Amino acid sequence: MSMSRVDIRQGDFDLSAEVAALRQGDHGAGAVVTFTGTVRDRDGAMDGIRSLELEHYPGMTEASIEAMIDEAHRRFDIRAARVVHRVGLLQPGEQIVLVAVTSAHRGQAFQAAEFLMDYLKTQAPFWKKEATAEGSHWVDARVADDEALRRWGIEARNAA
Amino acid sequence: MKVRVRYFASLREALGEGEEFLAPPGATLGSLRDTLIARGGEHARVLDRSRAVRCALDQRLSDEAVALRDGAEVAFFPPVTGG
Repeated sequence: MSMSRVDIRQGDFDLSAEVAALRQGDHGAGAVVTFTGTVRDRDGAMDGIRSLELEHYPGMTEASIEAMIDEAHRRFDIRAARVVHRVGLLQPGEQIVLVAVTSAHRGQAFQAAEFLMDYLKTQAPFWKKEATAEGSHWVDARVADDEALRRWGIEARNAA
Repeated sequence: MKVRVRYFASLREALGEGEEFLAPPGATLGSLRDTLIARGGEHARVLDRSRAVRCALDQRLSDEAVALRDGAEVAFFPPVTGG
């Protein structure tokens, strides 16, 4: 359990290795739920995305996600959780984010993984910039993401 | 009191990485934003009250009513879009 719970990195991650590290030595876990987010080549009406650049706020990013994992432990009966998020320049098809949660039975891990993603989407300081043949632009926050967090009783107030 | 102001994403592109700022006693995040807007130019444009700007005090998302303290780190940035 000494593995850090949050990893912000430029390089790719290995899903199998991440899960193995999360489960290591814990035979009380009967469920592992993972969510992997990947870079799309389209976004709404926007087509032909060539690359995605991710900026973050070093220090605050890690601290905010640590706090989200603490909150997930308070709300759900989970054994361990880990979040990996990439920053820098990414191409369509690449992995961008991983949320992995273990619990005794599947229900709590499913819920906690969704909670962590909903929370991260609207509260962790990351910003995406998409590049197409026509130029690049910052991605707008989505009201739907604020609404997703509201299901958990938390007001996001991000997309406004 | 002296605070460190940082900008991220589109605000960083318009205003730079950040700056040291001397704030008067009793200053809040909101009054600091108003002072920056009063400079005019790019500051007035990107920090305008009609725009969605989020702020953090000492690396925590914060309300603009929160009071500053000497040595604080303040950040202004657009709504977040990670995940």
